[in-house]
Amino acid sequence: MSTTQTIDAINQDYQFGFTSAIESDAFPKGLSEDVVRAISAKKGEPDFMLDFRLKSYHQWLTMEPPTWADVDYPPIDFQDIIYYSAPKSVEKKQSLDEVDPELLATFAKLGIPLSEQKRLSNVAVDAVFDSVSIATTFKKDLAKHGVIFCSLTEALEEHPELVKKYIGTVVPATDNYFSALNSAVFTEGSFVYIPEGVTCPMDLSTYFRINTEGTGQFERTLIIADKGSKVSYLEGCTAPKFDSKQLHAAVVELIALDDAEIKYSTVQNWFAGDPKTGAGGIYNFVTKRGNCKGNRSRIFWTQVETGSAITWKYPSCILTGDDSVGEFYSVALTNHFQQADTGTKMIHLGKNTRSRIVSKGISAGVSKNSYRGSVVIKPNAENARNFTQCDSMLIGQTCHANTYPYIQVENPSANLEHEATTSRISEDQLFYFQSRGIPTEEAVATLVSGFCQDVFNELPGEFAAEAGKLLAIKLENSVG
Amino acid sequence: MTNQAPLLQITNLHAQVANGGQKILNGLNLTVNAGEIHAIMGPNGSGKSTLSKVLAGHPSIEVTAGEVLYKGQNLLELEPNERATAGVFLAFQYPIELPGVNNTTFLRMAYNGKQKANDLPELDEAGFAEFLKTKLPLVEMKDDYLHRCVNAGFSGGEKKRNEILQMAVLNPCLSILDETDSGLDIDALRIVANGVNQLMSADKAILLVTHYQRLLDYIEPTFVHVLANGQIVTSGDKSLALELEAKGYDWLLPHPQQAEVAV
Repeated sequence: MSTTQTIDAINQDYQFGFTSAIESDAFPKGLSEDVVRAISAKKGEPDFMLDFRLKSYHQWLTMEPPTWADVDYPPIDFQDIIYYSAPKSVEKKQSLDEVDPELLATFAKLGIPLSEQKRLSNVAVDAVFDSVSIATTFKKDLAKHGVIFCSLTEALEEHPELVKKYIGTVVPATDNYFSALNSAVFTEGSFVYIPEGVTCPMDLSTYFRINTEGTGQFERTLIIADKGSKVSYLEGCTAPKFDSKQLHAAVVELIALDDAEIKYSTVQNWFAGDPKTGAGGIYNFVTKRGNCKGNRSRIFWTQVETGSAITWKYPSCILTGDDSVGEFYSVALTNHFQQADTGTKMIHLGKNTRSRIVSKGISAGVSKNSYRGSVVIKPNAENARNFTQCDSMLIGQTCHANTYPYIQVENPSANLEHEATTSRISEDQLFYFQSRGIPTEEAVATLVSGFCQDVFNELPGEFAAEAGKLLAIKLENSVG
Repeated sequence: MTNQAPLLQITNLHAQVANGGQKILNGLNLTVNAGEIHAIMGPNGSGKSTLSKVLAGHPSIEVTAGEVLYKGQNLLELEPNERATAGVFLAFQYPIELPGVNNTTFLRMAYNGKQKANDLPELDEAGFAEFLKTKLPLVEMKDDYLHRCVNAGFSGGEKKRNEILQMAVLNPCLSILDETDSGLDIDALRIVANGVNQLMSADKAILLVTHYQRLLDYIEPTFVHVLANGQIVTSGDKSLALELEAKGYDWLLPHPQQAEVAV
């Protein structure tokens, strides 16, 4: 990233805080069995899906919200949330010409051109606006390779057998409170299937946008990489500024069969709440998990978490297949009143399984940033290896950084390494930059960028630049 | 000399540790013209490093009175980074480590920052690499320093040489070398001094803050000043440094009992 870009970026506020004037077709607030049935009916789903939703809903009713995370928030009123909201004018979209121009303008503002321009950067995009998928680009090109990339709703219509076979197999509805809620009321998401032996010819990408105030976003992503296939998937998120909190409870499931590889990258920039009062912002309570089901399969998670009032998120890998590999690279930045409790779980089941965790936490303002990670080696996981590196950087005197590593080893042949550091950006470091003519904001951005380099290196090119820029914006005025 | 303003003019400078701390400088006066090298010597605690910090704008020191003009301009109202881009350079006594920040990237940020502030063209990565190649021999540094993080894991001597490399890249008008000789072995001292001498010219000036005469064997000062209790108590030419080496500082300091008698 060039320094000029950084400087330009520093002077920006949250730039995605606009709302678009688009008529929406929304359910009234509240959750009941009728609402769950209505969502399913609205989408014309097959019976197995309705059963799945109803089971999840009844399960959810018996569950309590988790309290173990190091985050504080008042109880959520689940009857005060809209569970379905769709832009009115896009009932069916065969081509982009039919999409509401206001919507296209919104996505253009977000830097997501859905039209031909995207051809140049060779990324296929699925755009989700509130509860529905607006458009998926490059479907035809991908179909030539046998790759299925569409909204989950379309997948249920066109490939119900694939959805039925895999949905809920990695994150069962009963997994946790928020996954149960999602399983009952999810409205949209992306579906990806890469056939045997195919390397997906382009990066796939989903952009999520919450637009309607009071709307919960409950999307569900399902990615299946068949034997010997390979795919790189990018996820980006933004939301307008509202004074009230908004709930985002997503579920992402990845399945990698023998010799397959999935790389899942996220740059998350939800609205974090008012910097001065902490009002508003997104509760980002997300369950992401991949199953390295096949032998020699590989799943890589890379996340840059910059937004959200509260982040509760642990992208994890179940290393089922022998010789499978799970990696997790994370930058989590909290500033002002933000709270993050994030990390990963690596569950080693197969022989010779390997996992690697690199976590970088940056805290500024009065924020709270916790890394929570779990490495589990089960009895059959002969020769499992894990390397964990967990670094925290503090900016200022009023923020918190915590690390909660859990290790559970049931096979003596395991080899685990854990490294952790805590550092602070010192006045002397900033003065050293200044004495060489480099202003403080740029100095902070450079130090933070250097701190995160190991993670940024894992991001696809375009995202790496975006991530560096985002961090600079988020840390604006955090020093001095 | 022409009737040009001095490069640096310090008048009645008073300074203390920030937030009401100890008073350190007590009415210091100093005039430095282009083409001159001034050695600032003096016992421990006399205020030598504080003077360096004040000139560079370190936030730990607060100026309570007096004036500092750089090229006729009020230096004290400039931010530290503005002082740097205006041509003031401080070589640190203890250079700071910047983990994760590549040395070349840092040097290029500094160089382009100065160019930009002075409406001069910036250099791209390739152009800067070429430019940097011409500066490395000044401090007898090898390429591999450039790929490391700024000062991270550098030896004491490497850090000091890296300071002089930064000086070469920024080409400052006024350089303040704060005990650059401390912690250097004889070979490193020679290398650093050679670098400094090559960077000196008729339109520039250097303030050498040092404890020891030995640096002055390599960098010949125009004037030598002795700082004590936050003031310059005596000034002379290079022979003063030799005298100090032989006699110490004690004879220059006001004797407390005599002072009482005088009252």
